[in-house]
Amino acid sequence: MAKMRYLQALRLAMTEEMERDPNVFIMGEEVGQYQGTYRVTEGLLNKFGDKRVVDTPISEIGIAGMATGAAMVGLRPVAEFMTWSFAMSAMDQLVNHAAKITYMSGGRIKCPVVFRGPAGVGTQLSAQHSHSLEAWFAHTPGFKVAMPATPEDAKGLLKTAIRDNNPVIFMEHAGLYGSSGEVSEDPDFTVPFGVAAVRREGKDISLIAYSRGVAMSLKAAEILEKDGISAEVIDLRTLVPLDMDTVVASIRKTHRAVVIQEEWRNAGFAAELATRIYEQAFDEMDAPIQRVAGADVPMPYAKNLERAAIPTEHDIVAAARRALS
Amino acid sequence: MADTIVKPPTEEDISRAEMLDLYRLMLRIRRFEESVYRKFHEAKIGGYLHRYDGQEALVAGIIPQLQLPHDKVLCTYRDHAHAIACGTSAREVMAELMGRATGCALGKGGSMHLIDPERGFLGGDGIVGGPIPVSVGVGFALKYTGTNNVCVCYFGDGAMNQGGVHESLNMVGLFKLPVLYILENNRYAMGTALGRSTGQPDFILKANAHGIAGEVVDGMNVLTMREAANRALAHIRETGEAYFLDVECYRFVGHGIGDDNVGGQKLYRTDEEVDKWRQRDPLLQIIRDLKERGYISEEQIEAIEAETKLEVEDSIVFAEASPEPPLDSLYEHVFSE
Ligand SMILES: Cc1ncc(C[n+]2csc(CCOP(=O)(O)OP(=O)(O)O)c2C)c(N)n1
Ligand SMILES: [Mg+2]
Repeated sequence: MAKMRYLQALRLAMTEEMERDPNVFIMGEEVGQYQGTYRVTEGLLNKFGDKRVVDTPISEIGIAGMATGAAMVGLRPVAEFMTWSFAMSAMDQLVNHAAKITYMSGGRIKCPVVFRGPAGVGTQLSAQHSHSLEAWFAHTPGFKVAMPATPEDAKGLLKTAIRDNNPVIFMEHAGLYGSSGEVSEDPDFTVPFGVAAVRREGKDISLIAYSRGVAMSLKAAEILEKDGISAEVIDLRTLVPLDMDTVVASIRKTHRAVVIQEEWRNAGFAAELATRIYEQAFDEMDAPIQRVAGADVPMPYAKNLERAAIPTEHDIVAAARRALS
Repeated sequence: MADTIVKPPTEEDISRAEMLDLYRLMLRIRRFEESVYRKFHEAKIGGYLHRYDGQEALVAGIIPQLQLPHDKVLCTYRDHAHAIACGTSAREVMAELMGRATGCALGKGGSMHLIDPERGFLGGDGIVGGPIPVSVGVGFALKYTGTNNVCVCYFGDGAMNQGGVHESLNMVGLFKLPVLYILENNRYAMGTALGRSTGQPDFILKANAHGIAGEVVDGMNVLTMREAANRALAHIRETGEAYFLDVECYRFVGHGIGDDNVGGQKLYRTDEEVDKWRQRDPLLQIIRDLKERGYISEEQIEAIEAETKLEVEDSIVFAEASPEPPLDSLYEHVFSE
């Protein structure tokens, strides 16, 4: 184990997988010579050379298509979107090509590609640069969707993503890049997809989150504890596949839930999660599920408006109180 | 890349007053950008910040020649200069950068999304290549309504590698639309030098491939820039067809706040290269030309500096005294009434 930052854990995962499998390569805008816009890929060009660390033009359609095509014939590309906000022009290559080729070919083609990069809101980047688009991808059959909340998961989930034989949408959170924690240095360490983590045990209410929502939920649980409320915090880790067993087991214990997402409220992933809880554990519920989400507006620039548009631990606390009242 | 100083046109095609105006505008932009940088480091401005230092001639040589607000301007996130040149007050721009209710987008847009439709300025776009598809529609509408007006669309060398750009240029060539494309060819897209981003850096060839005429221009000299722009605008107004200017220029500072320090820029360019381009500083060139023609005295230079400084300081005082947007404006403007 070693203490490292989330972005270093991502780098370590890529380094180890590139050492393990010569078919793994990295591509994207400014990933090489510039050392990565957020320094996630720092040093990799030096270490692996420009055959395996490929700087691309600002051509998201080309990036998505190149990674997909290379995966279709046996390579294992890890393609970076500088941020997920810039992946929108590539949606056709992603949704109509990467996500569908295995099914359309009757399973004759594998597409082992990882699309990764930062998502998230919170530094006054305003409307076009502040997005959490996980619902778009979770909505699309054929994608696995991973959203790590801790440095250790950043490493373990990315390694699993690279070894997976399917297109994986790997959404990091720019606001977590600097967070640090203990990470296994064992090159065989991975975190499996579809296994949620109980980050804190509790008995009164379940706070179900992913990505940065987990840290927010842990803070909320501390605040609630002062009022004698015992909150359980569940980190979904992957949205597809989704570990409903862990979620339902928690609901059986607490009978109340808050579902948390940073993205826009309307038609977001929390709605899916709440529906599944109702489908699978309606009889267990003692109160309606409460939802915490971003405001349904393009992100405003002004600091005070942005703050009002983004969910915080205080919104989770308030939602928990509503569920418990 | 030409590194010789291109001589400006020598004919008396420009009056003293006009030339002084060009100087004033470029100086206002430079001083504004410098102050904005300071304010960012005082944490008065957030988000991303992209400065126009070194590229002033690309707006000063073109935007004053337009018939605003009937002509239209689209540009990138590097947009402070464009707003100021279109006539948006320094106050409204500074207030927007500080996220105040008095900003040109009521604090909702910030640095990358300055806008002033009443002055013909359709705004800065944060997505590389984003304005070019939009320019097709603006050009279409200008033609559709039977005007003689032009849409001027600015974008970077990096944007030339966006798929949407090529679809759009093809449509503009096909439909014969009145758009003036200004390729702000500052040689770099973030840390990616031109030669590392395309197998064909002859952008005029690419415009021609879509049926659009164009030429390369020295964008470090505002008089050269202005002359080329006037020629291009006349061509568009006469023929109704688009024109493409590949404008050679250089940004003197980092791409954005992330690599504004010299260390960040050293990943992709040398101090010597920056120094070489700084010798072609458009401000130095216009002062030299003004002096050569006997159009300006030292006292006037000082006076213009002083009035520019006042304007910028006033914009800061105004912005800092302005209120934040009201919280209940959060859900306003998702839709129009
Ligand atoms: C579609 C998209 N991809 C990536 C980015 C991130 N980005 C912002 S500016 C920039 C460089 C653009 O360079 P260029 O077009 O040459 O314009 P310049 O910044 O030099 O004015 C990049 C990669 C973005 N905003 N949009
Ligand atoms: Mg550029």
